[in-house]
Amino acid sequence: MSVLHIAILSPFLYAIFVPFFYKRLRQVHTGWFVLPLPIILFVYFLQFLPRVREGDRIVQSFSWIPSLNVDFTANIDGLGLLFALLITGIGSLVVLYSIYYLSKNKEKLNAFYVYLLLFLGAMLGVVLSDNLIVLYTFWEFTSFSSFFLIGYWHHREKSRYGAQKSMLITVFGGLSLLGGIILLYTMTGTFSIQEMIVNTNTIVTDPLFLPAMIFILLGAFSKSAQFPFYIWLPDAMEAPTPVSAYLHSATMVKAGIYLVARMTPIFAYDANGYWIWLVGGVGIFTLFWGSFNAIKQTDLKGILAYSTISQLGLIMSLLGVGAGAVHFGNDNQLFIVAIIAAVFHLINHATFKGSLFMVAGIVDHETGTRDIRRLGGLMTIMPVSFTIALIGTFSMAGIPPLNGFLSKEMFFTAMIRVMQMDIFRLDSIGVLFPVIAWIASVFTFVYSMILVWKTFGGRLQTEKLPKRPHEAPFGMLISPVILASLVVIFGFFPNILSDRIIAPAVETIMPMFTIDEIHISHWHGFQPELFMTLGVVGFGILLYFTLAKWTKIYQVFPNKLTLNGLYDVLMPSLETGSNMFIRTHMTGYIRTYLAYIFTFFIGILGFTMWSKQAFQFDSTNLADIGLYEVLLFLAVVIGTVTILASKSRLTSIIALGAVGYSVSLFFILFRAPDLALTQLVIETISVALFLLCFYFLPRNFHVEKTRFKLTNALISIGVGIIITLIAISSYSTKLFPSISEYYVDHTYDPAGGENMVNVILVDFRGFDTLFEISVLSIAGLGVYGLIKLRLARRKEG
Amino acid sequence: MRSGDLILQTMSKVVFFIIILFSIHLFFEGHYRPGGGFVGGLMTSGAIILLLLAYDMETVKKILPFDFKWLIAVGLFISVLTAGGSLLFDVPFFTHVHDYFNLPLLGKTSLHTAALFDLGVFFVVVGVTLTIIQTIGESE
Repeated sequence: MSVLHIAILSPFLYAIFVPFFYKRLRQVHTGWFVLPLPIILFVYFLQFLPRVREGDRIVQSFSWIPSLNVDFTANIDGLGLLFALLITGIGSLVVLYSIYYLSKNKEKLNAFYVYLLLFLGAMLGVVLSDNLIVLYTFWEFTSFSSFFLIGYWHHREKSRYGAQKSMLITVFGGLSLLGGIILLYTMTGTFSIQEMIVNTNTIVTDPLFLPAMIFILLGAFSKSAQFPFYIWLPDAMEAPTPVSAYLHSATMVKAGIYLVARMTPIFAYDANGYWIWLVGGVGIFTLFWGSFNAIKQTDLKGILAYSTISQLGLIMSLLGVGAGAVHFGNDNQLFIVAIIAAVFHLINHATFKGSLFMVAGIVDHETGTRDIRRLGGLMTIMPVSFTIALIGTFSMAGIPPLNGFLSKEMFFTAMIRVMQMDIFRLDSIGVLFPVIAWIASVFTFVYSMILVWKTFGGRLQTEKLPKRPHEAPFGMLISPVILASLVVIFGFFPNILSDRIIAPAVETIMPMFTIDEIHISHWHGFQPELFMTLGVVGFGILLYFTLAKWTKIYQVFPNKLTLNGLYDVLMPSLETGSNMFIRTHMTGYIRTYLAYIFTFFIGILGFTMWSKQAFQFDSTNLADIGLYEVLLFLAVVIGTVTILASKSRLTSIIALGAVGYSVSLFFILFRAPDLALTQLVIETISVALFLLCFYFLPRNFHVEKTRFKLTNALISIGVGIIITLIAISSYSTKLFPSISEYYVDHTYDPAGGENMVNVILVDFRGFDTLFEISVLSIAGLGVYGLIKLRLARRKEG
Repeated sequence: MRSGDLILQTMSKVVFFIIILFSIHLFFEGHYRPGGGFVGGLMTSGAIILLLLAYDMETVKKILPFDFKWLIAVGLFISVLTAGGSLLFDVPFFTHVHDYFNLPLLGKTSLHTAALFDLGVFFVVVGVTLTIIQTIGESE
């Protein structure tokens, strides 16, 4: 455990105290107690900047499950640090904002901040773990903490719906990611990403390469809401706005981007260019699809959600295209610009989208609605929010001199260069990349304008608003103002980022290149990119003013044919289907289940024994059968037959006891006093238990149908035969030396006991015993619960 | 259920203590001879069940006025703490220690952490058995 590990785990530890703060210090908003943590973490991570900039990699390892090669290796490099700073930095602002957004009197703040902290810690774990299993663990943590956050207002049906949807889709992705990780492990024999990068050459030629890549991409795509998995993101907007700002724009959804960036050095070398086509293609299509669909939304957060989808697609496509760089060697750094643009846009997107979400929250908070059909004219009432929104949307639309313009222009540069790649048929079909990019940017411009002008421009319609609008309180404005100022600062002075943060991150994504100085400038001369930007603005303005004329095309797609519609049809039918499936064979009678269990038992064991030819009969190992054994055997048989044949229940119970005692006598004969003792006591108690229950059993014997009896007889005979066969075979074949020697040697020393059975129970296999008593406890409480529940119900009825 | 059998009641008063003592003996003998927490716990439950059969539920509740569900929790807690305590000394989970001491009255005695763990098992077994029997018995 190092300080770094503690830093990563600190949100989890801190979360334990949140309910305490909430319960004991009610008069202070719980958020104030939470706020210091992300700030401290942010400052803590800042101090790594100079070292990372010099190309250092900070690695701290902590052995977790050594036998499975799972070590908790914390690894800080350019990419990880960038994300850690984003997570803690935006996290601090979001917590600050939430203090004003969530009322301390109405909301369950303890739950909210516990989930948020869980989420913060999980994200830090994802971006700072070198071991893929650890990364996966944190990855799933982000899924379910976000499930809690989306469903935070769980009395709302839509919140629950959104939470379930995001959970289903991202956990599906997570499982697929786990599959990919396991495939990578079988190829390389390590879970460490850094060691995998060293082995890239073996991975690329492995037949498992493509499946592993697809599995990992499914995980990344579903997390980052890429097509066709994006449908969960708009519904996740049911979460409180601070959550949307944090999870659904700045950090969580970027986990997929992070994963793709992190895996680029491993997968980019593939000789067929699958990585470029898949990542770049899915990314660019998502960019288009998201921006296209954003326009038809009427909810502020809905527009922002689709805009996030499309911006994530943009970053994804840049990562895909940038991967092409590895095919050109170190002297050709043409395509590195794509990676630089990706990293730069990642930062920019966090700033402008974070601030926009916060403004959307403010509008919602102060007017009571987020519907752009009812909003308008807020410009004069909420001047500060308007300014923030203006900066945010203009940056998103790519208007100079804001930071979004810079990364958008680099994006165009990268897309144009795609056509210069004379590999993977990118020289011909690749022309689609800049075309789609340009069209999507026009749509981006249009929805950005809708966002700002429909809300703040136009005429104020007070009668349509649930509340009288006014400017947000000061505290609520701090965070978005900070983010908006960052948008402007990064816009004017992009190079404060370039060497400190962008270059190390790019070097992590592309470790085979040495990055020369990165210089981001506003003016490149009259290049195609400039004309593309001019075209975007021109066409965008045109489309914005003719909105009413062309938005009819959205009605062409009926809701049923969308992916969302598909999901909505699929889920209920899945439910009814599984219900039907369950109803047909889950009868609720334990005897039915026992019949299933034993039938499968016979089938599987019988088949295995038959196919492996496992049956052996060798009488040399067997002891002689003496008189006592024969007598006991007869006693057991007679007892069993009596149980079956007797008409009286009491006789059956006594006969059952007789069988049990005879078995315990067998143990004595074969010198197993421990077993005999236990068997005797258990037999006594279970007979007593039977006698206790005796009064409550129905007076008449339930007469079974002959068919039922026959099946049961068949099954029990089958079980008997199989068990006998296994017992005989296992006694006749000794493949390995008996383990009992080990126990004989070690019972006295080191365990210090003389009774081997007991020493095994408490020393050698203590873990088993611990779990056994846990199971026993659960069973006991289960019986208690069942009977008490029945009694309570009977009282009511 | 009620039973007014005088002979059974008188007998079980005596036998109860014999069984309890025997079960304690079994518990402590466990490491060296047949016995241990599991059997010891069962034997103790057996003794209490004998009381239940001889008298009735209410009487036994008066004699042993505590909730057996708590016994389960206490038992589990002791076992987990014993197993987890090893982590404090930076040895793997579930490492037991033992040593021999000269105690007054008892003479040379071996003390095991394993016995503590077994005590947890003992409590859980007694707790579970009696919880089940008590709930079934009360459900009339």
